[in-house]
Amino acid sequence: MADILTPPTERLDGFDPSAVLEEPLWRIRLRLSWRSFRKNWALFSDNKMGIVGILIIALFGIMALAHPVLMATVWQDHLEGGKNVYDIRAGADSIIVTKTIVEEVTDPVTQISQIEAMFLGTGVSIPEIGDTIEAPLANPAPPVLSGVDHPHILGTDPFGGDVFSQLLFGARAAFLLGAIAALSSVALATLVGTIAAYFGGVIDTLLMRLADLVILIPLLPLLIVVSGFWNVELTMLGILIGVLGGLGGTAIILKSQALSVKVKPFIDAARIAGGGHWRIITRHIIPNVLPLSFLYMMFAVTGAIFTEAALSFLGLLNIQQSWGIMINIAHTQGYTLEGLDVWWLMLPAGLSITLFSAGFFLVGRAMDEVVNPRLRKR
Amino acid sequence: MLKYIAKRFGQIFILFYVFLALLFLLLDLQPGDISQQFVGNPNIPPEAKEIMVRQLGLDQPKIVQLGNHLWNYSFGMDMGVSWSSYPREVSDILFSALPRTVFLFLTATVMSFWLGFYTGKLVAWRRGTFIEKSAMVTSIFFWTVFYPWFAILMLWFFASQLGWFPIGKFISVEKWIGAPYAADDVFMLMLGTIALVTLVYGVARYVIDRSSDDPQTRRNFHRLALWSLAGIAGAFWAFSARRTYAGDILWHTFVPVLTLTLVNFAGTTLLTRSSMLETLREDYILTARAKGVPERTIRDRHAARNAMLPVTTSLVLQLAVVIAGGVITEQIFSWPGLGRALLGAITAEDIPVAMGALALIGILSLLAHLVADITYAFLDPRIRVQG
Repeated sequence: MADILTPPTERLDGFDPSAVLEEPLWRIRLRLSWRSFRKNWALFSDNKMGIVGILIIALFGIMALAHPVLMATVWQDHLEGGKNVYDIRAGADSIIVTKTIVEEVTDPVTQISQIEAMFLGTGVSIPEIGDTIEAPLANPAPPVLSGVDHPHILGTDPFGGDVFSQLLFGARAAFLLGAIAALSSVALATLVGTIAAYFGGVIDTLLMRLADLVILIPLLPLLIVVSGFWNVELTMLGILIGVLGGLGGTAIILKSQALSVKVKPFIDAARIAGGGHWRIITRHIIPNVLPLSFLYMMFAVTGAIFTEAALSFLGLLNIQQSWGIMINIAHTQGYTLEGLDVWWLMLPAGLSITLFSAGFFLVGRAMDEVVNPRLRKR
Repeated sequence: MLKYIAKRFGQIFILFYVFLALLFLLLDLQPGDISQQFVGNPNIPPEAKEIMVRQLGLDQPKIVQLGNHLWNYSFGMDMGVSWSSYPREVSDILFSALPRTVFLFLTATVMSFWLGFYTGKLVAWRRGTFIEKSAMVTSIFFWTVFYPWFAILMLWFFASQLGWFPIGKFISVEKWIGAPYAADDVFMLMLGTIALVTLVYGVARYVIDRSSDDPQTRRNFHRLALWSLAGIAGAFWAFSARRTYAGDILWHTFVPVLTLTLVNFAGTTLLTRSSMLETLREDYILTARAKGVPERTIRDRHAARNAMLPVTTSLVLQLAVVIAGGVITEQIFSWPGLGRALLGAITAEDIPVAMGALALIGILSLLAHLVADITYAFLDPRIRVQG
């Protein structure tokens, strides 16, 4: 009789599973999660696109890690006038090369026109055609140059900064922003979605109407206005995108998933066993919603990277360096209409943003097939 | 159906006011006070400052200010006076920019939806072929491509490399010197023609569908109606004195519309494909095959029509992409629309214009959502019946 009268929670807490099990509990859990990981990996790797996505993300991961390593080792000693030429901020550099004075310039790397040479010369004499002169290589400097001592493997931007170093640093910024935005967005969406699904009623209505409102607000124009009024930095932008993204469409999708979990018998069982609201939400519903949350995390990264790059491209953010800023510099310095003639300004940054987004998008799609059995090939 | 539309309209109406209130909050939360822009000037004597504060209504309690804000935006159409181009009214600046944004937005949405749906349908039908794979890679590229970069490359390719199209802007000013018409009037007339043709075509289709039962006859009459209407409109413009000017505007619209269409169609393609693949597994497709319906009819009538439903729902989510893309497209192609007005106002710290542009873009997006909802209800009888 006394056993029945004790509150059920106490009985649960007093229960020690290790007394009945032969192995420690953590080892069983590890084995189970390893098994489910292997099963899901088999499903995931069926989709070649997903593997391509993982490889792309790994490549950018290496790039992001490479920047501080290279700065500390190989690039450490490239000092020019007291500043490191690979520094993304202060690394403005103009390379001095020997150019031949000619009447008509066909190769701007090794030749210079008479008039330009006149402006460079310090003496009063007019430089003769055929003479050689020490002249700065143009900024932006193209990458591959034969016979020129040139420390920049991807050339320089219009201010003389090293494009390769900026590119690597951009990967760091992208990962940082993507992680902040995706984590905050998905954490919020999971919480909002499960709370709305679990409690229902007024809470559900309020949260879902809020989600409707957030979906309706045009995100990019709003962020343009916000970044015009405030001084928006990378972390703040990540949280802003995360909050606005997390309260909107993702919350609605995760709510419908949580609803389908809520009506399962094991939730009733947990209630009967005396589980509190919070315990049921965190231990029973959220673990079953998490796979879908991870999926939307991937898509959140794609959205965040795009938004950041668009805002930096428009020159509205207070960010040290990012891929969007690289394109912004090329655009505002007047290289828009030269397009691929200045490919080292256009291609690396633009392709990086596109590939980075594509990597996460592909992984997301492949995960979608794992999480969503209807999409699998039968 | 009417009940459903009325309900949605009511919801959108409420959401619009919540949105306007949020804008006020945004304005109120910004560092400093809006009055500091004027009042902080040391050359203005304190009495003048007081008058300014009173005129701007900043001495009133916040709740009255909010009420004024809502009232002015909704009934008076009064969004204040621009600071950077004083004393022009904000509504004057924005309403002259509005048709151009609506044009860009509508053409890009309609064309990308059509293109995306068509390719998605074909791609799903030819699953596993080389065409499918290359179409998928292309779609994923366009779906994830960084628009501003892509737009710059498009501008470079068409305007600089090929030289076929102008470098942005809405008109070539040199062609309009001494022109007897205003560019905006010609543009509005063009928009009016398009709207009229669409309307008459819609009515004609409705009449044709009511009066004939044979699908083939209907299709022929649809085509006849479309071609004759297009012919009449074309003839009207060809004999109009405005044709060179209209041609100039059209010439400027080509690359922006193409860019915005290309970056937007991919989402529809990807979605149509997965929706089609699901529909093709349905039993009624098997039935249609078994009774010998031609493959083409199965694809276009039985599968694609049903696959359209989830795609229309996603149109709502796609709108955000079109709006964001529109702002950037306008900026890069110097297209004088709302997005450009917004960015220009932000750069010039012209707060009234920025707020007004954001509000108008918000209204556009709300209306587009309403239209998407109504279309969805029109396509899906279940929603119509439930109300």
